[in-house]
Amino acid sequence: MKRIGIDVGGTNTDAVLVDGERILAAIKVPTTQDVLSGVKAALSHVINAPAAAGIAVDAVMIGTTHFTNAVVERARLERVAAIRVALPTGRSLPPMCDWPRDLYNAVDPMIVMVHGGHEYDGSPLVPMNPDEIRDAAMRIRDAGITSIAISATFSPLTTECEVRAAEIVRSVIPDAKITLSHTLGRIGLLERENVAILNAALQSLGKTTVQAFADALSEIGVTAPFYLTQNDGTVALADVAAANPVHSFASGPTNSMRGAAFLTGLENAMVVDVGGTTSDIGCLIGGFPREANNIVHIGGVRTLFRMPDLLPIALGGGTIINPENGAIGPRSVGYRILTEAKVFGGSTLTTSDIAVAAGIVEMGDRDRVKGLDAGLVRATLARISEMVADNFDRMKTSAEDVPLIAVGGGAFLIPDKVPGASEVVRVENAGVANALGAAMAQVSGEVDQVFSGMSRDAALAAAETGARNAAVASGAAVDSLKTLEIEDIPIAYLPGGARRVRVRVIGDIAFG
Amino acid sequence: MLEEFAEEHIEPLAIGAWILGTGGGGDPYISTLNLRRLYAEGARVDLMDPMALDDDDMVAVVSKMGAPLVGQERLGDPVHLARAVEVMEDYIGKRFRAIMSVEIGGSNALSSFLAAAVLDRPVVNADAMGRAYPEAQMTSFAIGNLPMFPLSLVDVRDNEVIVTRAASWKWMERISRKVCTEVGSTAATCKAPRTGREVKEWGIHDTVTKAVELGKAVLDARRRHADPVDAILDHEGGKQLFRGKVIDVARETTGGFLRGRTIIEGIDGDRGSRLELAFQNEWAVAFRDGEPVAMTPDLLCLLDTISGSAIGTESVRYGQRVTVVALPAPALLTTPAGIAAVGPRAFGYDIDFRSVFP
Repeated sequence: MKRIGIDVGGTNTDAVLVDGERILAAIKVPTTQDVLSGVKAALSHVINAPAAAGIAVDAVMIGTTHFTNAVVERARLERVAAIRVALPTGRSLPPMCDWPRDLYNAVDPMIVMVHGGHEYDGSPLVPMNPDEIRDAAMRIRDAGITSIAISATFSPLTTECEVRAAEIVRSVIPDAKITLSHTLGRIGLLERENVAILNAALQSLGKTTVQAFADALSEIGVTAPFYLTQNDGTVALADVAAANPVHSFASGPTNSMRGAAFLTGLENAMVVDVGGTTSDIGCLIGGFPREANNIVHIGGVRTLFRMPDLLPIALGGGTIINPENGAIGPRSVGYRILTEAKVFGGSTLTTSDIAVAAGIVEMGDRDRVKGLDAGLVRATLARISEMVADNFDRMKTSAEDVPLIAVGGGAFLIPDKVPGASEVVRVENAGVANALGAAMAQVSGEVDQVFSGMSRDAALAAAETGARNAAVASGAAVDSLKTLEIEDIPIAYLPGGARRVRVRVIGDIAFG
Repeated sequence: MLEEFAEEHIEPLAIGAWILGTGGGGDPYISTLNLRRLYAEGARVDLMDPMALDDDDMVAVVSKMGAPLVGQERLGDPVHLARAVEVMEDYIGKRFRAIMSVEIGGSNALSSFLAAAVLDRPVVNADAMGRAYPEAQMTSFAIGNLPMFPLSLVDVRDNEVIVTRAASWKWMERISRKVCTEVGSTAATCKAPRTGREVKEWGIHDTVTKAVELGKAVLDARRRHADPVDAILDHEGGKQLFRGKVIDVARETTGGFLRGRTIIEGIDGDRGSRLELAFQNEWAVAFRDGEPVAMTPDLLCLLDTISGSAIGTESVRYGQRVTVVALPAPALLTTPAGIAAVGPRAFGYDIDFRSVFP
């Protein structure tokens, strides 16, 4: 199986061509303003590499920051209609009531609340009124809005209202792009609805981005199907992914964690990805990033959905050191490191300068940090060690020692010994870990639902079947499926032994 | 004595209430959003000194009842809390002078404000727990042996129930819990009306101010980059019990409670020891290396060591860096009648209550 993996980062665009587990070609080019020319340059480099001669590519996997950037920059978003099926509940807190004002204005929503929704036990809250939804759909159509997010009370448990409302909307607006909240989010109406609305606001960008990638591939002469990498370390067919841009929000750190797993062969380990400004610490379980089970803010919006559990720390290769007291960061010179760090002729003391002075790494002109006080260098390194150890320990899931994989351009800042780590693992080719992570990705399926009135075993079994079906629908080969995670939490107050069960399965891509 | 409750006090109230919730009472986030919106629409609530009540004034005691998880989907609307108050007024044929919350711990701290903002009445600076507890008989009014009926309960679908009479506080809890479950495990309730004299005699006073000041102390410490946990201890005269890292959480649901335990492994001065925090919706008893060292009614709070934010029994997770502190309980709860109602035996622990405060 020959695959190309591409990771579009803030600074670099990386690409690799792999045959099975063998790396045939790899390249790192600067990310371009238009993104696409960088992607094209990287692609044509790996496809025209001598080792690639005569090889037919089976699949291309692309990880991109397009969608996250759009939310953060409040740009390239489209107008959205948000329909919430929940009245008489929730009237006082309409959709998007807790969004930052500038992002709210950028989306410029039409907000509609109608009657309906369900209870936790699957019974209807009140009957849904189709005429109410039809009226709303006509107003949405007359306003020229084509992207619509629909949410309903307890929809992760009973999808009926969202599904039925979508049918009615589509009968009025045949070309509507509709996001149903239950397909993305979990229990917690506001957070789930927020994810659906973000997703709806990115529909046009999703389409144009995927089309642009398709054009780039065909220009280079690649006809293989292509996939976008997802938050959970898997991939989805580009056309499917275009409908769910929110699933690509965290593809960067996820790809680097997957790449770290692939490069080291370690399936259960912690990963620290050290960039220029910050580091991310994550946890690999069975080769995949552990999911966050809590609120994650995206561009200032509260969300609760499939995102990796990452702990960002203000430590990177460009982090500024106060020469007076040795305080570390949190500010960084960022991409200006090549002009501002002392070893590169600048005047700002950074973590990289400390590392060069200590002889840990070679870069720039070592003579420019010769005069640094040895005590300051030692003390700063000790403090960096402490910072890493403390945050590493915070993310560990068990008291036992686990390996820590250090990747990213600033990985030299991670000491060789970290308390609680059985070893600190460094890898060659760490520079293209992201692109490799993309290239090696598989397909997943997930169920996160409350079950009641059945035994724990029956609930777990029902959840697992649902997750397997979801994976197959996303393109996984049935015989390759394996269960990655099973988690259940009993729910206070609810009768009938209600428990929330989350199951995730994973499988290889089914070709042909 | 009335004083306007300023908009900038909403955030500290929520932070303080979440700490005083001792792990339960529900995250105040949705209630905070609701109160902010009411203020944005121009509503203002006055805070009233309980001692300013006349003996025969009537006071409504409100509370959202049910499962926090259901609340996250239903997004409780303040009009239903207000409606529960109106239903009670219609039933008793008297107008309430003011409104108070049954508990200052967790999201219910804001319930009185939500009803008050809709009905344009003052909020009494008091509650009936000084913290959070799961059941109706665990209130200062129950300890005072006051009548527990009538109770009004309002559902979003125009279902309104009045429990006209109950044989005991426990019966009132059982009957109202049943109704609450039937309408989807969430409802707005107005508990037995209290007279001004009862509130003056049996209410736990000044707890709204206490929560606001506590929240302010935390925010101020964060702003100054000082230690918010120290700020909490200083402000409340509390004691630090343990500092460490969560290494195990076990939960089970029995009898409508979220029960379980959290195990914390010591760091710094507590290295080599373990603290087990047993919970029933709220943190109930702390065992250090097997020995009970602190227990209800003293307030046991699990705090994020860095931010000083409270951590709930539903959200505590492996790996969190935490500090366990004890804060003094309201005096009434440590009397013999108080201990009988809310001491360790009320939660099934065969332990004599011993306060960590001399």
